[in-house]
Amino acid sequence: MLAKRIIPCLDVKGGRNVRGVKFSADQDAGDPVELATRYDAEGADELVFYDITASAEGRDIVSDLVRQVSEQVFIPLTVGGGIRTFDDVRQILKGSADKVSINSATVRTPEIINQSMESFGSQCIVAAVDALRRPAVEGEAPSWEIYVNGGRTATGIDAVAWVEELVDRGAGEVVLNSIDADGTRDGYDIELNRIVAERVEVPIVASGGCGTLGHIYDVLTEGQASAALAASIFHYEVFSIPQVKQYLAERDVVVRQYQG
Amino acid sequence: MIAVIDYGMGNLRSVEKAFHHLGFEAAITERPADLAEASHVVLPGDAAFGDAMAKLRDLGWEEAIRREVERGKPFLGICVGLQLMFATSEEMGQHTGMALLPGRSVRFPASERVPQIGWNQADIQRDSPLMAGVPDASFFYFVHSYYVEADEASDCVATTDYGLAYTSIAARDNVYGVQFHPEKSQKVGLRLLRNFAEMS
Repeated sequence: MLAKRIIPCLDVKGGRNVRGVKFSADQDAGDPVELATRYDAEGADELVFYDITASAEGRDIVSDLVRQVSEQVFIPLTVGGGIRTFDDVRQILKGSADKVSINSATVRTPEIINQSMESFGSQCIVAAVDALRRPAVEGEAPSWEIYVNGGRTATGIDAVAWVEELVDRGAGEVVLNSIDADGTRDGYDIELNRIVAERVEVPIVASGGCGTLGHIYDVLTEGQASAALAASIFHYEVFSIPQVKQYLAERDVVVRQYQG
Repeated sequence: MIAVIDYGMGNLRSVEKAFHHLGFEAAITERPADLAEASHVVLPGDAAFGDAMAKLRDLGWEEAIRREVERGKPFLGICVGLQLMFATSEEMGQHTGMALLPGRSVRFPASERVPQIGWNQADIQRDSPLMAGVPDASFFYFVHSYYVEADEASDCVATTDYGLAYTSIAARDNVYGVQFHPEKSQKVGLRLLRNFAEMS
């Protein structure tokens, strides 16, 4: 049976892994290559590297890190952060990345998804979205708004409808990040994940808010996510990947147990 | 020397890197004629069947592959490479493959999330040198929307469960194919690649 995936996420700035709370202050969280190698040894199912400087220079740094990682680590590697053009996509995939994660650019130029899919195939293209819950309105269903530029700029676009469009355009997978939850360690946005997962047929990767083992369990079951992304919880060793997988396996969630 | 065919489809470098990491000589090969010098042939690929087959034909790879397969060289198809080994595919139209094995590619049923992305298990159905040292029900990394139906049961080495039990590893004589990406499947994937590289 297909396993649920546990995916550590490394935000890279200046060649270091960093972690922030709600996209604000950055704290150093270690050497990315070391972390990547350790996570692989512990049973990470994939690794994601985001260039949080979202600059061409930052992208080169991340590309080089991923190249180093790929010499030793033989699991899927995804690169994202500041991807603006089709050419950026091509450069990243020509490097050592297996997948490219595109966020703000999909809003600016949605055709980037179609074009990238046509040239490289859906399996390489991950659409990442940042969603912020709109204030609740009596009698109305909950809704979320898409933000871009690292969660800072509102777009007015409905998140659920937007994910449907991205999938129509050819995104093979969607990383759904809750801005409200991100960095809080109070749990993923279960409702957001469930609603989106019920609307589209591609796998949804939950992102933002992981604090406990139970949060991961909840988003993979009730939240219907196919995978859970987490960062600081692993980087600061609150718990480990083997602990997560053990917890999930004990509760009958199919996971790839690490075979030494 | 292991030839990794470059026909413009998919990330070949990971496959080459995996063999290098294991200590085997491997090279991305751009000319069909160069297959004559190779000891092993690998056909990778992450692409739509129709596009991939068109490239294989137009660039002269299909002929070259058949020739080397007939000479008895070990051949490994990965992902769409496996699918191209079979006779037909229904992916975005009706297409014919290399027909090294009888069977076809079919889309996953609508009951499943498509593409299948992630780690799933290969349940071994019969012995194969490709699987030496690989435990039964090991997890490998898959990303695909179509699967193969092998007409000959003996061509099926392992099945995987996703809505149904489908052939994820196929083999006959010196021809092997895997639906998953061994170069992205950590230790068991590398073991499988080593087994392939050690064949003569």
